[in-house]
Amino acid sequence: MSTMVANQKGFGAKIWDYLTTVDHKKIAILYLVAGGFFFLIGGLEALAIRWQLVEPMNDFVSSGFYNELITMHGTTMIFLAAMPLIFAFMNAVVPLQIGARDVAFPFLNSLGFWLFLFGGIMLNVGWFTGGAADAGWTAYAPLSTTSPGEGVDYYVLGLQISGAGTLIGGINFLVTIVNMRAPGMTYMRMPLFTWTAFVASALILFAFPALTVGLFLMMFDRLFDSGFFDPSMGGNSVIWQHLFWIFGHPEVYILVLPAFGIFSEIFSTFSKKRLFGYTAMVFATVLIAFFGFMVWAHHMFTVGLGPAANSIFAVATMAIAVPTGIKIFNWLFTLWGGSITINTPMLWGLGFIPTFTVGGFTGVMLAAAAADFQYHDTYFVVAHFHYVIVGGVVFGLIAGTHYWWPKMFGKVLNDKLGKVTFWLFFTGFHLTFFIQHFLGLMGMPRRYWVYLEDQGLNLGNMISTIGALLMGVGTIVLLYNIVVTSIKGEKVSGDPWDGRTLEWAIPSPPPHYNFKQTPLVRGLDPLWVEKSEGRKGITPAEPLDDIHMPNGSILPFIMSLGLFIAGFGFIYQKYDLSWLIVLFIGMGITLGAMLTRSLKDDLGHHIHKEDLEKEEAGE
Amino acid sequence: MKGWISKLRTLSLFAFMVLILSACGKENLTSLVPKGYGAEQSFNVMIISILVMIIVFVVVMAIYLYVILRFRRKKGQEDDIPKQTEGNKTLETIWTIIPIILLIVIAVPTITATYDLADTSDQEDAININVQGEQFWWHFEYANEGLQASQDLYIPTGEKVYLNMESTDVIHSFWLPSISGKMDVNPENENSMYIEAYEEGVYWGKCTEFCGSSHSLMDFKVIAVSPEEYNQWVEDMKGTSEQSTPETTTAQEGQELFSNNCLQCHATDANQPSAGPNLANFGDRTTIAGVLDYNKEELVNWITNPAEQKPANGMLDAPYLEEGHIGNEEAEKIADYLMQLQPSEITPESAK
Repeated sequence: MSTMVANQKGFGAKIWDYLTTVDHKKIAILYLVAGGFFFLIGGLEALAIRWQLVEPMNDFVSSGFYNELITMHGTTMIFLAAMPLIFAFMNAVVPLQIGARDVAFPFLNSLGFWLFLFGGIMLNVGWFTGGAADAGWTAYAPLSTTSPGEGVDYYVLGLQISGAGTLIGGINFLVTIVNMRAPGMTYMRMPLFTWTAFVASALILFAFPALTVGLFLMMFDRLFDSGFFDPSMGGNSVIWQHLFWIFGHPEVYILVLPAFGIFSEIFSTFSKKRLFGYTAMVFATVLIAFFGFMVWAHHMFTVGLGPAANSIFAVATMAIAVPTGIKIFNWLFTLWGGSITINTPMLWGLGFIPTFTVGGFTGVMLAAAAADFQYHDTYFVVAHFHYVIVGGVVFGLIAGTHYWWPKMFGKVLNDKLGKVTFWLFFTGFHLTFFIQHFLGLMGMPRRYWVYLEDQGLNLGNMISTIGALLMGVGTIVLLYNIVVTSIKGEKVSGDPWDGRTLEWAIPSPPPHYNFKQTPLVRGLDPLWVEKSEGRKGITPAEPLDDIHMPNGSILPFIMSLGLFIAGFGFIYQKYDLSWLIVLFIGMGITLGAMLTRSLKDDLGHHIHKEDLEKEEAGE
Repeated sequence: MKGWISKLRTLSLFAFMVLILSACGKENLTSLVPKGYGAEQSFNVMIISILVMIIVFVVVMAIYLYVILRFRRKKGQEDDIPKQTEGNKTLETIWTIIPIILLIVIAVPTITATYDLADTSDQEDAININVQGEQFWWHFEYANEGLQASQDLYIPTGEKVYLNMESTDVIHSFWLPSISGKMDVNPENENSMYIEAYEEGVYWGKCTEFCGSSHSLMDFKVIAVSPEEYNQWVEDMKGTSEQSTPETTTAQEGQELFSNNCLQCHATDANQPSAGPNLANFGDRTTIAGVLDYNKEELVNWITNPAEQKPANGMLDAPYLEEGHIGNEEAEKIADYLMQLQPSEITPESAK
């Protein structure tokens, strides 16, 4: 990744630059690299799972290790891969799309990243200390509260730390989008990716506290002998399920709405049309988010909540299909009458429509409570949520990677290799997961370490494993593409796709300050408006003047490191109270860094008008 | 690239055909061939929702394919700028209203079936069974008859049997795909559901809530026999006792060993509650420990090395494993004893 910054700085200086950066573009790259790394780890775990299931009664891994694999695969993919990759694009694109020079709180932006990263590392420490978390990514009590060892403790503290980072990131983007829009960028002129980022941030604000509370209760149950989820002490294990899913269901929309936003940009750009039914699209996004909070119990139809609760949640869940359907049709009619270019990002978009539609259909089928009694906790559910999360979120993230790569790094990813990746991954995906619908209905529950011989499940599982290998090969081609492009790729202009939104109005990669002059937005798709009136660039809203920028800081890194250290103190004090020293040291580091931040004035720096003019003349 | 895509297509078509031929999975395990009331109700809702979804899918795909084929940019059109349509109110209304109607079509039978499956109005007069889920086995207590059974549940065909379920450790879930959907087995409250089998048979059941190391090995069977056979089975089971002496000498020695080493947790009297699985009709079991083939060799293996077959199961705490005085020879005697425990003529063989 270092080839992107082709300058004379030494390697150490470059590392220091990234450790201290508060620039949203560099934080985006950090999120992309870290999220990509965890995506590969989660992928390897998935391949190990599929290899264990390639034949009946296989003994590739032990049952204990298998349970760690499924737990960490789910947790890693959701919290450490999908979330940060979404944040990567929100960071890279949202400030540019609204014509801002950075996010509202650059310092917090950096803090959010480092909290996420240290939390992610914490989650994985368990692998090296006698076993990672093994109670499923949903960590249902009492299995999780009684799981021996420290695996689940790492899960609880890792998620707590990275969850704080996510919450900070969400609040930051809410404030950014409310306050930092360029003149003329009204809400109803915001690009759809910005809209979805905005709505997803609001979801983060309301959903993550439920997880935080749940994790706190679980932490006390595991580390301080409380009994919130222990029925023998008057607790109730079903409460955990409620808390988890009150967070967990909106989480799905936190991930998929920005992916919808990415596809909306891509469909519009590559069919050379404005988004069909923009208002309806915005409305549908908000409606999905709103409904998303009142459907959590559809994960719990078999818990025994009774027919009244089951029916209400069933109908509420089905209702979500309506705004989702509105989106699908509006995308189709964006393409209708357009001039469609099929390149790699568009190919992912076109692959997304049928795939996600199938995921939506099985979603409605699962919502039918009486039928869910058969689907629940079987491979049917596994198939469904992979159709939604891979078919929606991962396809969207890979599409976004190809679409915004030139903006982030100044080079276009190789289109041929991109198409090879698509066909391998797309075919592999459907081979892996389509058959799993039937495996579930034929009697294969999820999270099964082995399945018995002679139960009619062998062929389906083998096909599924072959598909998973194809997806693995596709991912390797994508990595190869990134390396080749970074080394050999040619620099491109600021606007390689004939784009419509503001990010394409500035050079690639954008300068430190993004916009030399804050742009004046005169309609939806502001760059397109200017182009259609024959202008080359965007009309500025202000004369050229000094630009005020924030200073970098190492404090976010130190704060996160302190919490990371404190985490070990929290866990190991359950064996030996002298570990409390580690807890105090860690918290001391964090609080000390916070105090430094509060007492030390840091007013940022200015980029002077003269330097900007010189730069312009130099071009 | 075209060449291998078409090859891939042929291949996937072939794979698809194989799947169709291998049909709907194993009989008495698959939910796609319902043989009981609950499974049938669920299946009906499934079919309604699939039909509606297929109709919508065809519409979406028709538009999708038309759009891609018709509006793909052709040579010489590089500079064409398409008309920038804003939207269309009529279309928006259509694709809002029609899905709502389709959802109502699914929602009405869903709610009806959901209430129907939760109905407990005739529970008092029906057979009630207290189901207990434990890591990693199932216990069934016939509430009115006072009988204990483990792993194999005998029920009469053609009537509702109520299951009142509770767990002693973590959450499990009782799933009997061919007869009925599933219900969680929670540690803090009793959940009730009913099952009704239409025809005789041995049905596979599975645990579907992730419950630890041997979650995938927590199978059970439900053996549905005719009501007369069921009544006879109940009578026979009531007659079981720990005192009854086996015929062969090895089995008698096995009984002695069993009393000294196993009886603390297990019972061979169906009237006697026990901490571990009740073995009163072990001779008629379909499997050992829910998943192993039923033969002497497997049983000896199981007794001498339970950890290998079913990781982290409750038998690993048994004192005999630590003391190490149950070798192969002793285990074979115990196996002889257990395998002759056949108190009833009603066996899985009767469920034909």
